[in-house]
Amino acid sequence: MTTANQTAIAKYKNSFLKEVEANVEEGHWVRMCMQCGVCAGSCPLGNAWAHPPQELFMMIRAGKREEVLASDSMWMCTSCYNCIVRCPRKLPITHIMHGLANYAHRLGIAPKGQPTRETATLFWNNLIKKGRVNELTFSLALYFKDGFVQGIKNALNMQAVGLGLVKARRLNPMEILGGHGVKDQAGFKAMIEKARQIEDRKKGFAK
Amino acid sequence: MSASIATSQTILVVGGGISGMTAALEAAECGKQVILAEKLPTLGGRTALLYRYFPKMCHPTCGLEINLKRLKGNPKLRVMTMTEVAAVSGSRGDYTVTLKVKPRYVTEACTACGDCGNAVSAEIPNPANYGLDRIKAAYLPHGMAYPQRYVIDPTIVGTPEGEKAKAACKAGAVDLAMQEETVELKVGSVVWATGWRPYDAAKIQPYGYGRIPNVVTSLEFERMADPHGPTSGRLLRADGKEAKNVAFIQCAGSRDENHLRHCSRICCMASLKQTHYVREACGEEGKSTIYYIDIRAIDRFEDFYQSVQNDPTVTFVKSKVARIAFNEQTGNPVLHGVDTEGYKRYATEHDLVVLAVGMEPEVTGVKLPEDIVLDSSNFIEGSKSGGMFGAGSAASPLDVNRSVQSATAASLKAIQVIHKTASTEAA
Repeated sequence: MTTANQTAIAKYKNSFLKEVEANVEEGHWVRMCMQCGVCAGSCPLGNAWAHPPQELFMMIRAGKREEVLASDSMWMCTSCYNCIVRCPRKLPITHIMHGLANYAHRLGIAPKGQPTRETATLFWNNLIKKGRVNELTFSLALYFKDGFVQGIKNALNMQAVGLGLVKARRLNPMEILGGHGVKDQAGFKAMIEKARQIEDRKKGFAK
Repeated sequence: MSASIATSQTILVVGGGISGMTAALEAAECGKQVILAEKLPTLGGRTALLYRYFPKMCHPTCGLEINLKRLKGNPKLRVMTMTEVAAVSGSRGDYTVTLKVKPRYVTEACTACGDCGNAVSAEIPNPANYGLDRIKAAYLPHGMAYPQRYVIDPTIVGTPEGEKAKAACKAGAVDLAMQEETVELKVGSVVWATGWRPYDAAKIQPYGYGRIPNVVTSLEFERMADPHGPTSGRLLRADGKEAKNVAFIQCAGSRDENHLRHCSRICCMASLKQTHYVREACGEEGKSTIYYIDIRAIDRFEDFYQSVQNDPTVTFVKSKVARIAFNEQTGNPVLHGVDTEGYKRYATEHDLVVLAVGMEPEVTGVKLPEDIVLDSSNFIEGSKSGGMFGAGSAASPLDVNRSVQSATAASLKAIQVIHKTASTEAA
């Protein structure tokens, strides 16, 4: 069985830029970058990035597929939008970063254990169960993502905050039993399914 | 000569900088009647405020002097200073223009002796030095000013200071009762040589111009290097320290969708030229660093670029600076960014930062006649009826050399309009 990644490699052969333009959100902007470096210099988390945005764009154009998609750089973006505001060519850099991260994730080659990726996955899986985020089960899933012992430690560390939230009636302990959801569960599931079909078609994942 | 000479065979040239002077002279020397209208009290425009030209590093006084000599000896050319175009109506070959002439408060009897300037004590920011220093409110715009007549600033008219200037004038040239005049003229063609202005550097928020000390524009730096400038040609910061380690930031406003869309073309060469000023002032101790996206030394200027590259005191950093911070202890601006050659982050201190600001058409924000066609950056492309033309940096971001070429071309087009008008009238 071929994976989505192998299919993409076969389809686009040596042109990673074309692949990005076709499948990554706002990817058609990548060729507009003039390598001035303002995005990299304006990024408040710039120190945490192995490759700043301008370097990622250059790597895409140079066809460095593995290095880009397996990189954790675009996962560092906190959506502050400083780069978009300052880019002299008005590239939607924040959106391209999220687009790259999403594409790498769907191909299954995004870095494993990357905290942003794991948190986002847990959040999504929690949300689509009932159409509402169950804050209690989401927090617990987050605490226990690195194993049982670490989970207990995390839970104990956050105990005071949790109790405070319960007292302030911001967190309902009864949510552990399944929690609340949207009224029309069947309609919600159908809507998510349709959205997924549309997205798969747009991004080249449709069968 | 008076306004009555103007006919539909007259050419009006708007703007008395290097382009306007050239266009007016070329047409007048071909035997056409020309009126040259300049908004300021003197001809010469921004060219007169440069210290040196690239690539030959000669002084603008030389070129201006030749043009002024041609101009003084030509009876076909009439110069009107302190004059702005208020309205243009009509079409190709038959325009009616309304000119507003502001009072200079000094008549043609002025001998430029300077007694009025000595008599008054009020001061105004010096327009010839971009307000970096102050001059007396009765002043000669600059050494190369034409006409060589003093100007009384309107702020002292009606005050005892104005009376002092009037009393001091032995030639009786001060007339404080002068009023603004409106003149209506018939012309066949109009050449718009309205020139450019530096993009407002304060709008480039991360560079802190106006907030962070020792961040100046390339035009201010030009004045600092000039012996007639505010620092008498020494590269001194506001705190009196000599600037030896100077940074130049390219594309300050240009090639930026948030500011000016176009490449201003001159700024790379201007900064390369200005590294010569640093070397001239500080010798081997001087240090120039050029932060750039890519150096656009167009045409034969590549030689000049290479000679600067070979200068060991000059460093090139391929990066557009992201922001400027300030070191309170040293008073130095600190440049932050990421180098495109290696993607290394830097935070580098310099004594002085020069922003190579872009060119914006001087007419940006001005309501022009309906007939005028502008491009997406407000440069003048021409007119719908084909009777008006842009010249020099009003038409495109150009250096002095290319402005002169552009002005000559515009002049020739205006002459053709006049010829066509004349042949129709004869028939």
